[in-house]
Amino acid sequence: MKLTTLLTSAAMALGLATTAMAADKTKVGFVYVGPVGDGGWTYEHDQGRKAVVEAFGDKVETVYVENVAEGPDSERVMTQMALEGADLIFTTSFGYMDPTINVAKKFPNVRFEHATGYKTAPNVSTYSARFYEGRAVQGTIAGHMTESNIVGYIGSFPIPEVVRGINSAYIHAKKVNPDVQFKIVWAFTWFDPAKEADAAKVLIEQGADVILQHTDSTAPQAAAQTAGNVITFGQASDMSEYGPKPRVSSIIDDWAPYYIARTQAVMDGTWESAMTWDGIGAGMVGIGEISDAVPADVKEAALAMKAALADGSYHAFTGPINKQDGSAWLADGETADDGTLAGMNFFVEGIEGEIPQ
Amino acid sequence: MISLEKRPQPSRAWSLATPLVAVLATMVFGGLLFAMLGKPPVEAIRTIFWDPLFGEFAFYYRPQLLVKGAPLVLIAIGLSLGFKAGIWNIGAEGQYIIGAIVGASVGLAFYPYEAWYIFPLMVMGGALGGWAWAMIPAVLKVRFGTNEILVSLMLVYVAEQLLASASLRFLKNPEGFGFPGSRNLQDYPSAFNADLIAGSGMHWGVVAALIAVIFAYVLLNRHMLGFHIRLTGEAPRAARFAGVNPSRLILLCLGMSGALAGLAGLFEVSGPAGQISIDFNAGYGFTAIIVAFLGRLHPIGIMLAGGLMALTYIGGDIAQSNLGLPSAAIQVFQGMLLFFLLALDLLTNYRVTLRKSEVA
Repeated sequence: MKLTTLLTSAAMALGLATTAMAADKTKVGFVYVGPVGDGGWTYEHDQGRKAVVEAFGDKVETVYVENVAEGPDSERVMTQMALEGADLIFTTSFGYMDPTINVAKKFPNVRFEHATGYKTAPNVSTYSARFYEGRAVQGTIAGHMTESNIVGYIGSFPIPEVVRGINSAYIHAKKVNPDVQFKIVWAFTWFDPAKEADAAKVLIEQGADVILQHTDSTAPQAAAQTAGNVITFGQASDMSEYGPKPRVSSIIDDWAPYYIARTQAVMDGTWESAMTWDGIGAGMVGIGEISDAVPADVKEAALAMKAALADGSYHAFTGPINKQDGSAWLADGETADDGTLAGMNFFVEGIEGEIPQ
Repeated sequence: MISLEKRPQPSRAWSLATPLVAVLATMVFGGLLFAMLGKPPVEAIRTIFWDPLFGEFAFYYRPQLLVKGAPLVLIAIGLSLGFKAGIWNIGAEGQYIIGAIVGASVGLAFYPYEAWYIFPLMVMGGALGGWAWAMIPAVLKVRFGTNEILVSLMLVYVAEQLLASASLRFLKNPEGFGFPGSRNLQDYPSAFNADLIAGSGMHWGVVAALIAVIFAYVLLNRHMLGFHIRLTGEAPRAARFAGVNPSRLILLCLGMSGALAGLAGLFEVSGPAGQISIDFNAGYGFTAIIVAFLGRLHPIGIMLAGGLMALTYIGGDIAQSNLGLPSAAIQVFQGMLLFFLLALDLLTNYRVTLRKSEVA
């Protein structure tokens, strides 16, 4: 037997052995759109994966593939995971929606969980977080803290998710500071440190002393630090390495409880297709520690807002709210329904500029 | 002492052997890299190169090789024609995007009407879109002497903005709840570039890639234009004396590469990808540059190189999933392949000789 064939067959035997051992384990796959070290979106999903490993130990095996392009590449990676015996697959980007549905059709016994989408099937669930609740807390802090009354906002793509965040932040900043103005820059990327840094610099030059971001890198934090006297908020992950200033707080995506619960459901055989949209109350949206750069009374107001959102006594979109064109949207005391929020494609009254279309 | 001696003629043997040696060197050094990351090197190499072809699930991966390789080959063939003549189209990614947008727009303009001629019209739209986008650097170069490398590259970023605009505005799925992205062409039979034999991965893009390989081979070896292309690249002065019109050659080469890149975009959007979305482009236009050089700018070489690149992508993803290799390690591995190829290229043009060092 040649050395190469020997090595190959040895490796094959090893491969078979691990497959056999894995048979009684629950295998969970994760498909990531960015690198696990992005410090934001993908990083937090991977923290969720690690929490699953910690929670179930030997009973679970997790696999992941990072930097997976949306489209046919993602479809191939999901198929591959299903072929290799995954029981549950989390696909963590909006662009994976149709590929997830396609693959799910071919593997009716594998469960799929698609983040931030709207298409479900008997073996496909969707899940997303009510980040806009976190934006309400951020808006409260931003409104109090700004001295120039100009808040800069780095938008990623003009999709409902991002528009909702801008509206929520604006409404709550305006509530505590009627003179506040929002300046919005669209970066057209989720993760591009160079573009994000440029966007932050432009906003700071235009007088913004608070920068909110809906992009995933820490570049805006670094730009704010260089500029001095500008505050920022961590996005998706805590970004506490930029605290106590410029980063004064953050919105953290905490997927761990959801991932653990869904894995448990597969183990118990109780998994069912569902559309989950959880916020601060369920722990899917976390508010990072508010640093000492924020005065005590502002911190108190922000925490009160957080508590009210968590226990459901307050909804982040409570009327009276008009749309940007002045037409009425929510009457006094009326709260927004999930359908409108999910497809939100308008700014509320007072925000300047248009949603690029 | 080792010294390099220029060969009077580039070595044919080495020119053929270097790609193989480069692949072997990549396996060895890649294996070392994986070992240093604490992963089993032999298993990793086997996962990347062997499993997609002959592993347990090869029945699924083999068709995927065609799906992944076809756009690379189609674009690289077009690029190689220009590269041979010293015309550097670096913006195939942009032409790919525009081809996809135009082709998808043609198809969606007919939605939901079903007719046999819709798909052929989309194919024409895709080719025209890519051609037109490549004509911008071509005409600017011919008229004003601008640098086609810069112009074609910059136009990639313009194309990306148009892609975002298409996904958010004029091609946005009206039934998409306000989310970006077009209708899925896979659900529109007249526009769907389906597998010709179900599950084979053989869609029209694969057929087009094969035709392009044959076409380029015949063009370069049997046709006057092919001769002009080669002559311009190898001896520009001689080419001028031979009556080659450089402007015409620039327009032709950039036009052909643009049209092929546009076709690749159209076949991708109407088939495997299914829809126009903000992140539709996955870097095929840039990877194809590597494929063109890996394949020695030779049509058959490009076909093999496209297959090899597709293999490392698919195998790389399997290795990530099964062995926990980080995607950055896979990218380094792919980078090594090009590095070794270019480094070993030296042997084609130079001879390594061992000589006793002489006292100067």
